Amino acid sequence: MILIYSEKTELALELLAAACALADKLGSSIGALTINNDSGAKDLAAAGADTYLVTNDTVNQADAASVAGVLQQAAQRLSASIILLASNRRGKELAGRLAQKLDAGCLTDVTGMQAINGKIECTRNSLGGATIVTQQIESEYQVIAVSPRTYAPAAAQAGGQVQGLDIQAAVSAVKLISASKKSEDTADIETADILVIVGLGMEQADMELAHAIAAALGGELACSKPVATDRKWLGEDRIVGLSGKKCKPQLALVLGVSGQVQFTVGIRDAHTIVAVNNDEQAYILQMADYAMVADLKEVLPQLQKALS
Amino acid sequence: MNIVVAVKQVPELQQIRIKDRQPVLEGVPFTLGKIDKNALEAGVQLKESNGGNLVVISAGNEEVEETIKEALAAGADEAYLVLDDGLTNIESSLSAQLLAATVKKLDDVGLVIFGEGSGDNYSGQVGSRVAELLGLPQVGYASRIEVEGNLARITRSLEDSDEILEVQLPAVISVLGDINEPRIPSVTQILKAGRKPKTIMDLDDLGIESSEARRIMTLSNLAPENQRKRITIKTVPDLAAALRTEGGRGTK
Repeated sequence: MILIYSEKTELALELLAAACALADKLGSSIGALTINNDSGAKDLAAAGADTYLVTNDTVNQADAASVAGVLQQAAQRLSASIILLASNRRGKELAGRLAQKLDAGCLTDVTGMQAINGKIECTRNSLGGATIVTQQIESEYQVIAVSPRTYAPAAAQAGGQVQGLDIQAAVSAVKLISASKKSEDTADIETADILVIVGLGMEQADMELAHAIAAALGGELACSKPVATDRKWLGEDRIVGLSGKKCKPQLALVLGVSGQVQFTVGIRDAHTIVAVNNDEQAYILQMADYAMVADLKEVLPQLQKALS
Repeated sequence: MNIVVAVKQVPELQQIRIKDRQPVLEGVPFTLGKIDKNALEAGVQLKESNGGNLVVISAGNEEVEETIKEALAAGADEAYLVLDDGLTNIESSLSAQLLAATVKKLDDVGLVIFGEGSGDNYSGQVGSRVAELLGLPQVGYASRIEVEGNLARITRSLEDSDEILEVQLPAVISVLGDINEPRIPSVTQILKAGRKPKTIMDLDDLGIESSEARRIMTLSNLAPENQRKRITIKTVPDLAAALRTEGGRGTK
């Protein structure tokens, strides 16, 4: 069985789609696990999944060890040798703990999977994003954490059902004192169709023009890491790259970013890249569909006028 | 109390060149992972506020003995290293075994601190695996750590929320890259680093075989293909036209 789990139902639905793509070729069944989440269980069942609902107040969702203990028992009880998790922060923390409990090989941040000859070939970024490595897990149990938005969520389908699964849980050693929603402006650069991305080649005085150009194109404004962390011109939720977000827009207009691999890994899945940079040697110009060598101070005012 | 920080030696990523889609690693110097430096700084700050002995641990090839000087200069008091030429590019499960066995050699361990991911592979498994091997509680993605007596209070930063958690020591913590700004070591610190104590162990000392069953098989490792159109644009009207055309195609 392929067992899927994420504490976030929308990510669990993506994992369900991923599992469906693998299950036929591997001849596996699929089970979805939810912990203390009735509505999530119903949503997964509505998407066709055989869903197992663990109801146990001792389980602490804020403790990877506690959740890993539940998943270990569930995997063994259901004879699930492949466990798909979401590679969000909770999922990654969980993946290592669960893999160690199951003595399993584990791959995280997986951006693609293919079932070939009974194995699952997984792709993920390596060497800081300079390369894409293809690996497969050889151990009896396999723990694979899949990057969010790699698969579209599973659609509604008949045939799913929810059943209870009785699992013991040890008392957690981690105590949750409080939790608070982040209050940043909620830029969703990962789902935007059009991104205007600014780098250190921009001047702060031109940020207003960048905002206006993004608005004229109907897109979101995003940036390379130092623009947010060093200059603080934009929030950290708008960082594109290895330590920020990986985006797949239809169109990315990249302004004044040199294009180090730590940045380009976040944008290389864009359908079309348009880059403007004053340095003709800048790597970003090589990975652009449309490249313009020019001074942003001159280009930006003209471009804003041309688009408005 | 020993504050332990685990670090990984990685190739200097900026210096990796790509030839025929293959990464060229020959001649690329080693350094510590970027977020490992944040983990070290977190350890230094805890030592400054609470006292204790700061121990840096690492497993890898013989080069680690040189690379680890960065950590000793950054404020670690001593190093425990597992060195073996077979320990290049090892998988997470073996790293975790070696590091867990190294922690067991130390008395009175309060915290074992990791970066959230290594500089090269960014897999983020080893901290969780070590916590399980040692039977310790763990808190990942820390953006703040405070220790009072035997209790750590940690802020964990998730994608959409922050959590404040308490855990009894000893515990394993992984820190985010933005938890702090690592200090640049002074010349004096760099000079002193070479004289700080290092305990060097090999696999036999830990009773671990490096040849044990591999859990991961690597099939290929290639730079992505560049299939961009690479059209040169000279004028702003052409730029605006390209943006209108490409942006107006709707969703994929």
